[in-house]
Amino acid sequence: MEKFQKLTGIAAPMPLVNIDTDMIIPKIFLKTIKRSGLGVNLFDEMRYDRQGNEIPGFVLNQPQYRDAEILIAGDNFGCGSSREHAPWALKDFGIKSIISTSFADIFYSNCFKNGILPIVLPQEAVDVLMKDAEKGSNARMIVDLENQTVSTSEGETFSFELDSFKKHCLLEGLDDIGLSLEKAPAIDTYETKMAQERPWV
Amino acid sequence: MSPKTLYDKIFDAHVVSEDADGTCLLYIDRHLVHEVTSPQAFEGLRMANRTVRAPDKTIAVPDHNVPTTLGRDNPDQMPEDSRIQVAALDTNAKEFGIHYYPVSDVRQGIVHIVGPEQGWTLPGMTVVCGDSHTATHGAFGALAHGIGTSEVEHVLATQTLIQKKSKNMKVEITGKLNPGVTAKDITMAVIGETGTGGGTGYVIEYCGEAIRELSMEGRMTVCNMAIEGGARAGLIAPDEKTFEYVKGRPHAPKGAQFEAALDWWKTLYTDEGAQFDKVVTLKGEEIEPVVTWGTSPEDVLPISSVVPAPESFKGGKVEAAKRAIEYMGLTAGQKLTDIEIDTVFIGSCTNGRIEDLRAAAKVVEGKKIKVGRAMVVPGSGLVRAQAEEEGLDKIFIDAGFEWRMAGCSMCLAMNPDQLSENERCASTSNRNFEGRQGYKGRTHLVSPGMAAAAALTGRLTDVRELMTETAV
Repeated sequence: MEKFQKLTGIAAPMPLVNIDTDMIIPKIFLKTIKRSGLGVNLFDEMRYDRQGNEIPGFVLNQPQYRDAEILIAGDNFGCGSSREHAPWALKDFGIKSIISTSFADIFYSNCFKNGILPIVLPQEAVDVLMKDAEKGSNARMIVDLENQTVSTSEGETFSFELDSFKKHCLLEGLDDIGLSLEKAPAIDTYETKMAQERPWV
Repeated sequence: MSPKTLYDKIFDAHVVSEDADGTCLLYIDRHLVHEVTSPQAFEGLRMANRTVRAPDKTIAVPDHNVPTTLGRDNPDQMPEDSRIQVAALDTNAKEFGIHYYPVSDVRQGIVHIVGPEQGWTLPGMTVVCGDSHTATHGAFGALAHGIGTSEVEHVLATQTLIQKKSKNMKVEITGKLNPGVTAKDITMAVIGETGTGGGTGYVIEYCGEAIRELSMEGRMTVCNMAIEGGARAGLIAPDEKTFEYVKGRPHAPKGAQFEAALDWWKTLYTDEGAQFDKVVTLKGEEIEPVVTWGTSPEDVLPISSVVPAPESFKGGKVEAAKRAIEYMGLTAGQKLTDIEIDTVFIGSCTNGRIEDLRAAAKVVEGKKIKVGRAMVVPGSGLVRAQAEEEGLDKIFIDAGFEWRMAGCSMCLAMNPDQLSENERCASTSNRNFEGRQGYKGRTHLVSPGMAAAAALTGRLTDVRELMTETAV
């Protein structure tokens, strides 16, 4: 996985609450057996009409947000299904960080497996960032993972909380499976013990 | 020792290792796999030259994509991309030596119905699957939750997950349910109370008299929708009903092993005095049959209500409610029972079990549907066979329902079972998101009895009105 670098980029405002994974990537695109290539279908039903034409009002179709790397979103972003196609599609589009007051648990965890940084901030801070994002492509925000801060284009800075292990993995681009396999002896020990204690499992 | 919740007990019993910051490696007892969220994980294993660590604890079944029409063994019935996904699961199951129920097997069905049915799901286990409705298995007092594909790969390779402990939430349903009120109404009423984000960061333990009174099928319905309330997992402490359900299932322990297991299972309850971080209490008597009016599972109201005004909400929900009412083609103030229904879907991992089909059949018996189409999709081949043995298929067919083969079907509409634009459906499934059951399709979530009632009247209907004619 790529290391998460300090990010300076355009933020797109999506104030809608409860943006679910069916909105992020509709199920017809789950039939792929690959992880890549889903960016073009990100937010498909909000982004295109039935003929495949772009819907001009949708935020990511507007010229100033086409290269957005950050999303500022309403409460409970990513609720619904566990489909990792949602972060795959976001990543493939170029989104590297999402900021909201809250995220659904499974989506939140899926982001980190794909080098995306979801940031939880209080409503007041998200309101400020949303306003800043509405300024368009001239307003570049800074997401600094190392120092755990987000700064608006005007330099107003908010600190965010993050689990230290998740931060470490994202900064270093670490592969979870490789890390866990280093603990294989502990897994062996657990399995041996359980073969005695709970042999029916 | 300090008192523990049920969740704490199961979590603690599965910790392989714990880091100083509380990050744990948690052992996984059962890994359920389906065709949509696993191909990339198996591919990842191949690329890294890794194997499946515990194939005997890994169970695969195709369910999301498969057609539910008769003669579906014929590959021509499937679109090319669906066929490729199912074929990939066939190959992966064979190559990695995991348990597998192919489409042609009578035991095939929705993964969350097959697991318990075959005795793979047992109390006190950790169960994961690349599907958010894995929460269903919590009905057995198992810690069960959905994971993403990267985590599927992680579990395949290591039989563990990297986890931190969630917070504990207690949802207590006191007293008794009124006739016509079901497990589905309980679980939706809870989401109406907490909102779809209310359970985020928590594992819910459902308890109270109304929960204890539920059958195992009903308990599965309740836990199934824990995720719609934001909680990754929902749990119910195992009891005699649980043990009775499990006993004799193909993969449940037998003889002395069963007795040994029982001894441990009986310790799986929340200790007196254990602390919960959040408590929600609903009175069973006050729960009415409910329906959803909007495009989020939290948009729940009793059937006797009207479509709410967006202004009655706060914050970002005002805009969301406006959008939902427009999407659903409704007007604020409209009576829910005046909403006309085009289609009825009975099935899914929420309500595709035998008890659900019995409840719906009881309502439709001897009557005819008024909706354009109605379908029953049993949750598994064995549920279908059981229903046929009881003659339920005839009741449904005589009333005008289609009687389908097992699968996820119109719950997520990945297969050809889809709504067309503006088609309005009373559905026993779990999500009413925009486009969930088909592009611009409109979903009202209801219990099986309520779905059956809507099929008969052609509008959303209080099932209790139809029940007065027959003994309840």
